[in-house]
Amino acid sequence: MATSIELKQIKKAYGDVAVIHGVDLTIDPGEFTVFVGPSGCGKSTLLRMIAGLEPITGGDLLIDGQRMNEVPAAKRGIAMVFQSYALYPHMSVYQNLAFGLETARMPRPEIEKRVQRAAEILKIEPLLKRKPKQLSGGQRQRVAIGRAIVREPKIFLFDEPLSNLDAELRVAMRVEIAKLHNDLGNTMIYVTHDQVEAMTMADKIVVLRAGIIEQAGAPLELYNNPRNLFVAGFIGSPKMNFLNASVENGALVAAGTALSLGREVGGATMLGIRPEHITIAEGSGVKFADVRVDLVENLGGQTVVYATTSDGQALTIVLEGQRSVDLGSSVSAYLDPAKAHVFDAEGQAIR
Amino acid sequence: MATQVDTSASTGAGRVASPSFWSGVWQNHAPGYLFLLPWLIGFLGLTIGPILTSFYLSFTHFDLLTAPRWAGIDNYMRMFTNDPKFAASMRVTFVFVVFSVPLKLAFALGVALLLNRGMKGLPLYRALFYLPSLLGASVAIAILWRQMFAGNGLVNQLLANFGIQGPSWISNPNTSLWTLIILAVWQFGSPMIIFLAGLRQIPQDMYEAASLDGASKWRQFWKITLPMLTPVVFFNAIIQTIEAFKSFTPAFIISGGTGGPINSTLFYTLYLYNEAFGFFRMGYASALAWVLLAIVALFTAFSFLTSKYWVHYDD
Repeated sequence: MATSIELKQIKKAYGDVAVIHGVDLTIDPGEFTVFVGPSGCGKSTLLRMIAGLEPITGGDLLIDGQRMNEVPAAKRGIAMVFQSYALYPHMSVYQNLAFGLETARMPRPEIEKRVQRAAEILKIEPLLKRKPKQLSGGQRQRVAIGRAIVREPKIFLFDEPLSNLDAELRVAMRVEIAKLHNDLGNTMIYVTHDQVEAMTMADKIVVLRAGIIEQAGAPLELYNNPRNLFVAGFIGSPKMNFLNASVENGALVAAGTALSLGREVGGATMLGIRPEHITIAEGSGVKFADVRVDLVENLGGQTVVYATTSDGQALTIVLEGQRSVDLGSSVSAYLDPAKAHVFDAEGQAIR
Repeated sequence: MATQVDTSASTGAGRVASPSFWSGVWQNHAPGYLFLLPWLIGFLGLTIGPILTSFYLSFTHFDLLTAPRWAGIDNYMRMFTNDPKFAASMRVTFVFVVFSVPLKLAFALGVALLLNRGMKGLPLYRALFYLPSLLGASVAIAILWRQMFAGNGLVNQLLANFGIQGPSWISNPNTSLWTLIILAVWQFGSPMIIFLAGLRQIPQDMYEAASLDGASKWRQFWKITLPMLTPVVFFNAIIQTIEAFKSFTPAFIISGGTGGPINSTLFYTLYLYNEAFGFFRMGYASALAWVLLAIVALFTAFSFLTSKYWVHYDD
């Protein structure tokens, strides 16, 4: 029922400047895919190429197996929610929702039915007569999503739709969009620079950097098995700790301590450990460093410790619950070898 | 009435009336007022003074040589009951306004839309298209226009190439006003620049959203561009209409100051000018000026009243 999307060696260049360097990606029917990456990584460009708002320089875009490169945006069966919402300020909410259907010359009763249903789904029925300027940011966001829903597209595209909302509303809308996906079951692509949004909403995360895919996979797959330093650093909050490492006699040496990880570490130059995988309680793993505590943040549910190793490298530790850790004190840090990541000089993970 | 005293008003009035208030103002702000003085003198002496004087004169007969004689509403009565030239000038001016303003705005918008499509050398074209507006009101251009549309002028020479024998456009009462309308439309630069700025303000993603909805360029223009541009259209329409009502130089030059042939280019302001400085009927001319002011004011007020039905403001 739902629609698949396939990108084959998709390229984009503006004149001589290439911004997307041959992207291969398969999006399964009904999948919620999130493009994530730092600004300028090409995630929005990629989305706009799928939408048909940007010409594709090279490669093939297939929707349900059919090449779409030259098909105009309106004929691709997609709807898009813009970061700015792009609502028409001179039209009422109803007119905004109906615009696309009127353009398609749909009979009026059918338009009314669809608008009514979208308004029900998004709980914006009382707002139908208002103009966009009379709406709050969250309400505008709903109308923008409603405008996509009424068209009953095969594919929904979202271009950083929540970045103009305040933090609280962002979390609420995140939940609603995820719920919408559950209810409608459409294929959706969502662009964000916020890795928390990516982790919480996605079936599949596509991490982009400088116009290439660094890694694509399920959120936990990326969290547990990042393919390289960039993905390891990008996914997870607080960021993964990286300690310079070397290999001596087959053992990994980091922060002056030799570690036995129980696996092959040849060529390793970097040890990565997530803050939440470090403990300071004795007997809970392999000791890998003595650190000095610089700063402690008590968040209530968690205690975040910012520390420095004996050789001057920064280390962040997240401890569960409320723990009393003295500033300036020296503590030993332990890790679970199974949860340690090792990277070679190219930044690729050694598994 | 007398027993009901609004306390806030009375205290306010008491404060304003007390001499210490004014001396306080002066002591605290004397340098400011001194700096303001040159402007204030000019405003009172060159603007407010003449305005009030002309209002007074409009109720008098005044030939500049003898003292004004009080005439009551004679001037206004004559205008509306017994002055065919007034009626003719009114007609000419309205025809000019009704045709030149919409044509000029449409032309300006059309060129602005073309320029807004993003082309190389845009600043150059913008400046070139604006040039006629800089030159347009000048005497030299009016003279040039007279040459172009004369019986043996450039226009007829061009038409002759196609075997058409054109009339003398400016000496034919059927076409003379149209040469002035064309001249006005040619000066589309200033509304065009404002339209261009307005077009730049329309967010690109609205067009993208519309194109995803399958809206053609034509539909996008009528449903997005034009509605979003209405504040600018409104502004341009008001400014250009007032300009058109006030238009004087081209008619003066092209008709040689007569408004001819057969009053066909007798703009209101030209008639006013002739009454004032040709026949030295300053009282009557002042009355004409006040009627024009009333017409322009009424038109502007009407435009503002209707604007809420068709002008869309963003926020």
